[in-house]
Amino acid sequence: MELLYNIFVGPFAEMARAPDLLVQTLWEGLVSGVLYALIALGFVLIFKASGVFNFAQGIMVVFAGLTLVGLYEAGVPAFLALLITIGVMFALAVCIERAVLRPLVNQPDIILFMATFGLTYFLIGFGELVFGGNPKVMIADELYLPKGAVDLPMFGGLVSLQKIDIAAAVIASAMVAGLAVFFQKTRIGRALRAVADSHKAALSVGISLNQIWVIVWFTAGIVALATGIMWGARSDVSFALQIIALKALPVLILGGFTSVPGAIVGGLIIGIGEKLGEFYFAPAILGSALGRGVESWLAYFIALAFLLFRPQGLFGEKIIERI
Amino acid sequence: MSLRRIAIGAAAAALLGGTALTTVPAAAQETIYVPLLTYRTGPFAGSGIPIADGMHDYLRMLNERDGGIGGVKLAIEECETGYDTKKGVECYEATKGKNPVMYNPYSTGITLQLIPKAAVDKVPLLSMAYGLSASADGTVFPWIFNPPATYWDGASVFIRYVAEKEGGFNKLKGKKIGLLHLDAPYGKEPIPLLENLARQYEFELKLYPVPAQDMQNQGSVWLNVRRDRPDWIYLQGWGAMNPTAVKEAVKAGFPIGKLVGVWWAGGDDDARAGGPEAKGYKSLDFHAAGADFPVIKDIQKHVVDKGLSKYPKDKIGDNLYNRGVYNSMLIAEAIRNAQKVTGKKVVTGEEVRRGLETLNITEARLKELGMEGFAAPVRVSCEDHNGHHKVYVAEWDGTKWTKSTDWIEPMKDKVRPLIEAAAKDYAAKNTGWPKRTETCDRPS
Repeated sequence: MELLYNIFVGPFAEMARAPDLLVQTLWEGLVSGVLYALIALGFVLIFKASGVFNFAQGIMVVFAGLTLVGLYEAGVPAFLALLITIGVMFALAVCIERAVLRPLVNQPDIILFMATFGLTYFLIGFGELVFGGNPKVMIADELYLPKGAVDLPMFGGLVSLQKIDIAAAVIASAMVAGLAVFFQKTRIGRALRAVADSHKAALSVGISLNQIWVIVWFTAGIVALATGIMWGARSDVSFALQIIALKALPVLILGGFTSVPGAIVGGLIIGIGEKLGEFYFAPAILGSALGRGVESWLAYFIALAFLLFRPQGLFGEKIIERI
Repeated sequence: MSLRRIAIGAAAAALLGGTALTTVPAAAQETIYVPLLTYRTGPFAGSGIPIADGMHDYLRMLNERDGGIGGVKLAIEECETGYDTKKGVECYEATKGKNPVMYNPYSTGITLQLIPKAAVDKVPLLSMAYGLSASADGTVFPWIFNPPATYWDGASVFIRYVAEKEGGFNKLKGKKIGLLHLDAPYGKEPIPLLENLARQYEFELKLYPVPAQDMQNQGSVWLNVRRDRPDWIYLQGWGAMNPTAVKEAVKAGFPIGKLVGVWWAGGDDDARAGGPEAKGYKSLDFHAAGADFPVIKDIQKHVVDKGLSKYPKDKIGDNLYNRGVYNSMLIAEAIRNAQKVTGKKVVTGEEVRRGLETLNITEARLKELGMEGFAAPVRVSCEDHNGHHKVYVAEWDGTKWTKSTDWIEPMKDKVRPLIEAAAKDYAAKNTGWPKRTETCDRPS
């Protein structure tokens, strides 16, 4: 009985007791969710176009962020460093296509997946060699990213919205909208979708797989750069950031590996769900001592719970194999 | 074999060769082999790099300036652990055949794994101000040393400091004190002592664990802080967790002067991350920051200026760099002591254990070492492998760490009985834990 109370009454009573904290929690969840969605978007783009789960997406976030800050520290003006970093991400996409993907055409998916493992460790080593292991401070001011907070009096309390978080939400939303238009309205976008549906069919109508792969890895690189800038501005740019990329896994499980809207919705559900779980439900159910620090596994629990009802994820395609 | 295969093979060999080049010359007959388990890569590299460089540069300075210790050159070899326990144990196994005189695991997780091996392999462990607090009991852990203070000493100094700021120990009653800690053996280490003190002084202890994968994603933790409104927070973080915590504290509007880090949360980059608002952030410390000491000047002259250091010139004297210097000073003094105790020049691990156990670094000795005002005297004994020495509270002034209090005595009367009980408990739980048979030398 007490357990039921702790699940169905206690947390909600706590929410009603301090509604300003609830709004703050939802906002924090929303921002985390948007950032998870950005990382997940990088995975989805590559999975859609090549069927490869790109384990290297996390290190691409770090690599892009370090390149940007590293160039700036070397004396390159901030916006020029940004442009050069975009160029570096393009060069990386070309190298990956030439050195990793092209030689592995027609190999089983698991081989490509393992290749992205290799790519991850190569980029970690290469990044550490070039930029060192020290964390770097993101050049948020130089890129004119806002700082400070907007404090909103609400429900007798105060809700504090960090301007960098607002910027992250706006930039992420703009990127998602831009990608949606790119996918739906442009010729290349249509070609990408064709490749996603069937490599052979796409090849038969003259679509260049190699060109598409470069474009999609480059786009994922741009997404990684945006993620690196936003996340780096919130904390630091360090190799620890790549671990956060693993948070995209439950987002993908939830949203489906092939759906851009799924990445967004999944990200938001995971972001808000883990914050509510950590803040309200876990302490009520597990007690204040045990209920702290559950955030790291709660996201996976939420995703697995969804899978019970929709094994293909919220927006994933239901695959029916005919025997 | 095709040209392509040859090229791939050559590239792989070059890569492997490159890795091997990072190591130092193999220990020759007339050298003393000092392996350093360091981490310059991975999520904790931000803290690991300055310490690794400080440790390396001091020992290298002894080689360059004095020709080693007692006329015997030191063979210094780094092994990269990435702060990963498994890799740390691999480093230990890979180097233990080279007659190491001591191990410095630089990770509580690795230390816990190596503790049972030390007595078997006859190589002492120096876990300087980290590791298992209970290992300060030399009667149970003759091969483990953790001067100058344990995590329990640190936590007790923090509580003493809070009591002083609040107007006395009786004012702690009803206060909320938070422990923001890495959810790993290192981060959890001060919990038993803080729980004990919470019962005694009737303050409420709030725990805020941060899983390693969420070191840079502490939003939820700080929501909890906002709800609980702790009066003080003690930060037992490491690596990327520390700068993020300082940033989040600023963001959450937590009074920065009431956030006090353990000595491992006192890196320059940790505080700098919080920007100008981090001014007033505090951290415990047991040595000075800055380059204005003869020992650091010698390092600059004999190592940095000769291009033998990997650390940026303008950062020499950073707090964690000096931590590495201090650690290597303990290593060197133990070796020197072992030479004195045994009368031999090339000493073994067993002999350096004796050197550690008779360590007595006085004010006069510190002056000789160029460390006057840099650190406080250190003394350990056969029974007490720590010494429970005084530490002080350092404050970030916006650009550097400054000493903001006098040396503060740990609550030894509270800490020592807990250490002895925990040591007995450790021995009881580890069936077959050897009874101390090592003889006790007189202090040097």
